[in-house]
Amino acid sequence: MTHTSVVDDVAVIAKRWNNTRGSLIMALHDLQSRHGYVPRESAMKLAKYMDVPLARIYEVLTFYNYFKLKPPGKHVVSVCMGTACYLKGAPGIYHDITKHLGIKSGETTPNGEFHLQIVRCIGCCGLAPVVTINEQLLAKMNPHDAVEHICQIKEGAEK
Amino acid sequence: MPRFTAQELDAHRAKVTQLLDKPSIKVGMSTCGVAAGAVLAFDTLVEEAKSKSANILISRTGCAGMCSMEPLVEVCIPGQPAAMYGNVDAELARRIINEHVLSSQPIVERLVPSIEALAVAYDKSDTPTPPGASGPRQYRIVLRNCGVIDPESIDEYIAREGYQALQKALSGMTSEQIIEELKVSGLRGRGGAGFPTWHKWQLTRDAQGDEHYIICNGDEGDPGAYMDRSVLEGDPHSIIEGMIIGGYVIGARQGVFYIRAEYPLAVQRIEKAIRQARAAGLLGKNILGTEFSFDLEIRLGAGAFVCGEETALIASVEGKRGTPRPRPPFPSVKGLWNMPTMINNVETLANIAPILVRGGKWFGSIGIGKSTGTKVFAVTGKIKNSGLVEIPMGTTLREVVNGICGGIASGRRVKAVQTGGPSGGLIPEQHLDTPVSYEHLQALGSIMGSGGMIVMDDTDSVVELSRFYLGFCVDESCGKCAPCRIGGTQILRTLNRIADLKGTERDIATVRRIAHAMQKASLCGLGQTAPNPILSALRYFEPEFMERIAAAKTARKEPGIARK
Repeated sequence: MTHTSVVDDVAVIAKRWNNTRGSLIMALHDLQSRHGYVPRESAMKLAKYMDVPLARIYEVLTFYNYFKLKPPGKHVVSVCMGTACYLKGAPGIYHDITKHLGIKSGETTPNGEFHLQIVRCIGCCGLAPVVTINEQLLAKMNPHDAVEHICQIKEGAEK
Repeated sequence: MPRFTAQELDAHRAKVTQLLDKPSIKVGMSTCGVAAGAVLAFDTLVEEAKSKSANILISRTGCAGMCSMEPLVEVCIPGQPAAMYGNVDAELARRIINEHVLSSQPIVERLVPSIEALAVAYDKSDTPTPPGASGPRQYRIVLRNCGVIDPESIDEYIAREGYQALQKALSGMTSEQIIEELKVSGLRGRGGAGFPTWHKWQLTRDAQGDEHYIICNGDEGDPGAYMDRSVLEGDPHSIIEGMIIGGYVIGARQGVFYIRAEYPLAVQRIEKAIRQARAAGLLGKNILGTEFSFDLEIRLGAGAFVCGEETALIASVEGKRGTPRPRPPFPSVKGLWNMPTMINNVETLANIAPILVRGGKWFGSIGIGKSTGTKVFAVTGKIKNSGLVEIPMGTTLREVVNGICGGIASGRRVKAVQTGGPSGGLIPEQHLDTPVSYEHLQALGSIMGSGGMIVMDDTDSVVELSRFYLGFCVDESCGKCAPCRIGGTQILRTLNRIADLKGTERDIATVRRIAHAMQKASLCGLGQTAPNPILSALRYFEPEFMERIAAAKTARKEPGIARK
């Protein structure tokens, strides 16, 4: 990703939202969906184009869990910790994954391959406990199978 | 699509009603269906039907409610009872085409109960199955179209009484008459607090301001609940219709859909439905050819539980940090951009159209006491058939847990049922014969809540669940007021001590004292209700906490064990 493309993206997004009152969060959603996170240089550009102090942008970014300030790893592993998943063994699944990957929630493996996060209820409680790896949802999981899925991705990458 | 006038919409409805009479196969394609493999089932059905030249319509639909049996596929052939298949994989999908559709041989061993068998539809019967009589225990008003129509087709919505209530409202009902109808219906807010809906509408309508706004609160944040997602995904037009009517009553020109960003499919479906409604002249300038103009925009949440609180939600819609402010002034007087603003929950709004079409009296006749109509629950946890259920108010918890949902999956004993999530409480087994109503649940120390119902069996620890909910509230506290920010953290620390076998008897009194302070002094609903789960756990299951404290005592006497 070149620097110029970042600048252009932000200009388009700012133009889209500039005339709508209270649209800062929507503009940040657009930025994040384009980059997977909100890069600092994009936030700085947005501050300029939308005429909002940078501090206000970071005030919002750091308040909401959904926004990421660092690039996530190549594969995002999310362990659902909603009540239904929690009761049905999500803590055990989380424990085994942290042991296997050597990282905790919110961290990325040193090689940038995996990002691990705990999420609050993705609304699939009937299939609890659930884990998602990128877009793929794994239903009715157990610690062994969850780690197995991660191993498969690792092997796929090595081949 | 042309922009309809009221008469044209009637003519169009008569035309599209025939759409529903064609043989069809419906595949549940909500988030949970897709997660369980509905795309594969859908694609296989289409492929197989094409290669065998089977003349049948294959369409997507919303959540049928039996989440643990997804993917669900329903075969509807006019003149025959609907047949529902559960856990449909590619092989079963091919068999459905070859055996059921082409040879009229249903695959009996793979059939699961159909929606018709589980629930009475409100358009088929004015009353739910009476207590004691045989028949389905559920009654579908809010979920009337979920799993029945294609949520991406406005025509299918129109065909099933869709936008009829709006026509009725705009063609001669005054805002007073609509508010009166809601008053008679007894409808109360389904977000959990149960404030009378008519009163909220009236307060906002009567408040002075250059603009009035209506906001749909679709920031469903209770971990373990997904009723609103199912309606947003499965029947988006029902909520839009409720919002337009609300906008008409309070004199708003603009409405806002506030939806969680974590629900991408719901956002897509609402976006599409708004575009369709605009094209049909149901949104925008001069709706249905009348003087009334109203439009909707979408705002995304960004993962903050506190934004379910009205004033925090407004701050978030304004693009700020979602922190609450003291009330009064209430949003109905000073809300979005300091203008009178009415915030309604998804389920509340989905109830509006049926009330206007059938009348408030009909709605008020369902339920118990001051809790009228139905309530949707997402029943999860250790239950056999976890899923979405819609029951008339007054149905007992035991009926829901054991009757509708089949009891505990492993055959163990029910220990307790939790309602209201992080703001609610536990209802122990001995109270399961309590009817579901705002008042009855409150008397037991819990709340109706937005509709999460978590069933625990006797292997689940109340201490751990209390710690889980409190940890959630501590994470989600916005930090603005001290009682919530500090109180929550202190209770959690004390609770951790007890759970980790380091507590003393004094800790329980400490928890109670801080909990009461939080309830009284917190700024918003989050802090005021955060102690509910722990207080109700202490009310019914104090011995479990005492056990851990006793174990801690023993450990202290034998330091060798404590050090381990």
